Amino acid sequence: MNGARTPEIRSFGDFVSFFLSELKPRGKLITPFNVISLPIMIIGLILIVIRLVKGLGAVTNLSNQFPWGLWIGFDVITGVAFAGGAYTLCFIVYILNVEKYHSIVRATVLNGLLAYMFYAGAIFLDIGRWWNIYNPMIGNKFGVQAVLFLVAWHFLLYMIAEAVEFSPTVAEWLGLKRVRKILSGMTIGAVVAGVFLSTLHQSALGALALMTKGKLHPLWFTEFIPLLFFVSSIFGGLSMVIFEGSITHKVFHFKLSQDKIKAYGDILAGLSRICAGAMLAYLLLKLLVLAHTHAWHYLNTPWGYWYLFEVVGLTFVPMLIFIAGARSKNNLAIRAAAMLTLLGVMLNRLNHVFIAYKWYIPLSQRYYPSIGEIIVTLTIIFAEVWVFRWIVHRMPVLEGPPAWAKEEVEE
Amino acid sequence: MDRRDFLKVGLGSSLLLMADGLDAFAGEFGGGEFYGVLVDTTRCIGCRRCELACAKAHNLPIPDVSDKSVFDHYRDTSPTQWTVVNKFKTEKGYVFAKRQCMHCVQPACVAACLVKALVKHDTGQVTWNPRCMGCRTCMYSCPFDVPKFEFNTPTPTIEKCNLCYERFKEGKIPACVEACPQEALIFGTRRELLQEAHYRIHEYPDRYYPYIYGNREVGGTCYMYLSPVPFDQIGFRIDLGTKAFPEYTTGFLYAVCQVLVLWPAAMLGFYTATHMNSKKKKEDNE
Repeated sequence: MNGARTPEIRSFGDFVSFFLSELKPRGKLITPFNVISLPIMIIGLILIVIRLVKGLGAVTNLSNQFPWGLWIGFDVITGVAFAGGAYTLCFIVYILNVEKYHSIVRATVLNGLLAYMFYAGAIFLDIGRWWNIYNPMIGNKFGVQAVLFLVAWHFLLYMIAEAVEFSPTVAEWLGLKRVRKILSGMTIGAVVAGVFLSTLHQSALGALALMTKGKLHPLWFTEFIPLLFFVSSIFGGLSMVIFEGSITHKVFHFKLSQDKIKAYGDILAGLSRICAGAMLAYLLLKLLVLAHTHAWHYLNTPWGYWYLFEVVGLTFVPMLIFIAGARSKNNLAIRAAAMLTLLGVMLNRLNHVFIAYKWYIPLSQRYYPSIGEIIVTLTIIFAEVWVFRWIVHRMPVLEGPPAWAKEEVEE
Repeated sequence: MDRRDFLKVGLGSSLLLMADGLDAFAGEFGGGEFYGVLVDTTRCIGCRRCELACAKAHNLPIPDVSDKSVFDHYRDTSPTQWTVVNKFKTEKGYVFAKRQCMHCVQPACVAACLVKALVKHDTGQVTWNPRCMGCRTCMYSCPFDVPKFEFNTPTPTIEKCNLCYERFKEGKIPACVEACPQEALIFGTRRELLQEAHYRIHEYPDRYYPYIYGNREVGGTCYMYLSPVPFDQIGFRIDLGTKAFPEYTTGFLYAVCQVLVLWPAAMLGFYTATHMNSKKKKEDNE
């Protein structure tokens, strides 16, 4: 679809009329996804209103025993791990100069940016006194000794870095040639900032669990949680890239040239190898930690089986499938491995937040997510997908920069 | 803003986001001493007058303290009950033990809070401030599960014992200590209380289990306990260790500065190395 028209935008009025014309929906309105997601999003919005009017207890199963649940554990902590593909891929493409993956950078960065906006934005719903959310930013006391202070600032700064990384695409959509040139000059700076910010806040999300000693099961509690969170965000994020790519390639097939579709097999195999490498490093770390914390004897208990399910079943096994899939170029196997890996990373994060947390509390008094929490979570995911789809339909995300922008790069 | 905060903001707002040193928690800062309470569970009779006094002092719902059926089950503190007395069956008969915030010397909740809504005062009390954004990391981190959150209101607060800080500023002792008819609770500086506790254990070895709970747990607490029996029999966790909880995160926070300096430098190196080749190729092609 390189034939998409480039608008002539000279004034703010031009922009408004162009934007309004772009707001119109494209493609079929009645699709299975729309039919399923729309009602859920409407219920979700009602639940969000109830949460804001009546308090967290009206929608969630949270209690004073389990202060953190699905909204923090999945929406924020798992969502950010899944968004780790953006910084990993930017590092590979821009810093290590591996041109092979350049074609999927835009979609990945867009996905990462939206993930931070929606999933980290979900923190608004979870924090009880949300009207104070700007306090750590404006300095109504900087709690600089807090890990969460670092996380809050890094979320904000990283969203800016990702917005800069993505901004040339927006300029191309609007046909702003000069602006595009300035913005693409900032990419490498944004990438360097994005990579070290991500390194720090991916691991900082793990560091939040460092003060749960005595409450988090000994199989999970270790001083190395931050490092483990960082390494798992690499393969968790890349698995998301594979998973998201497999869907967008189906839905937006018409946007891709034959060359790109052909090259995609190579990209998938390459991503699988990187995932498998990171997973091997992660598993070795896990083994070292297990030896270091003398937690072996817990392995032969119900919690041990649960731990092995996460580490062996949902990390070691998908690693093997990734290796086999990359060798035989079996895209189906690679996608299956990616899905298993995503499940494994999710389970790992939820274990730290509420499953293996206070493991000594009997099952009957434990936290499990309410239907309302699940619906609101789905609402946030669907809203992100809607915005992602809207942008991919309109901006040159999958098909690459338009001809005029390419010429500029050649210069 | 007092001098300490000024220093901390000055150090921290450089956006290096590094730990401003945990010495901010050191008790002797400014020459003051931490105050606390010694609970002698061998003297407690379970009259619950401490609960009543606490509720009156903080405008909480008044409990019916004549109701002894509350002892049938273990009770936790709640947003409307900052202290509760529990009854435990032990090897030496029934023992009553009061539960409330321990006012740690180096509190996990204070270290966890990103807006300093939880404050450790120079005189030992840990109190809550409404600038809190309700993230509940304090609850997630507290080794004693003390901070309690109101889940059923749109404007929730964190509720917990504040060691009667408002009374302390007026020169009064905590309401629970004042109300105790048995002198099972005594208020004083942490140093005095430890001396007293050691003295009692030494003088009456038959009466006490020779251990002061809170002396070294999680780096020490301002509420400390004496007991006739080992502490796990009266509902205390004895597996928390003696390391102060904020110290679990210092390793990570120090690593932040290293990553911040070394990682971009390393990336610059990679970038130069990988792009030198591609530049060369271009030149060769030409």
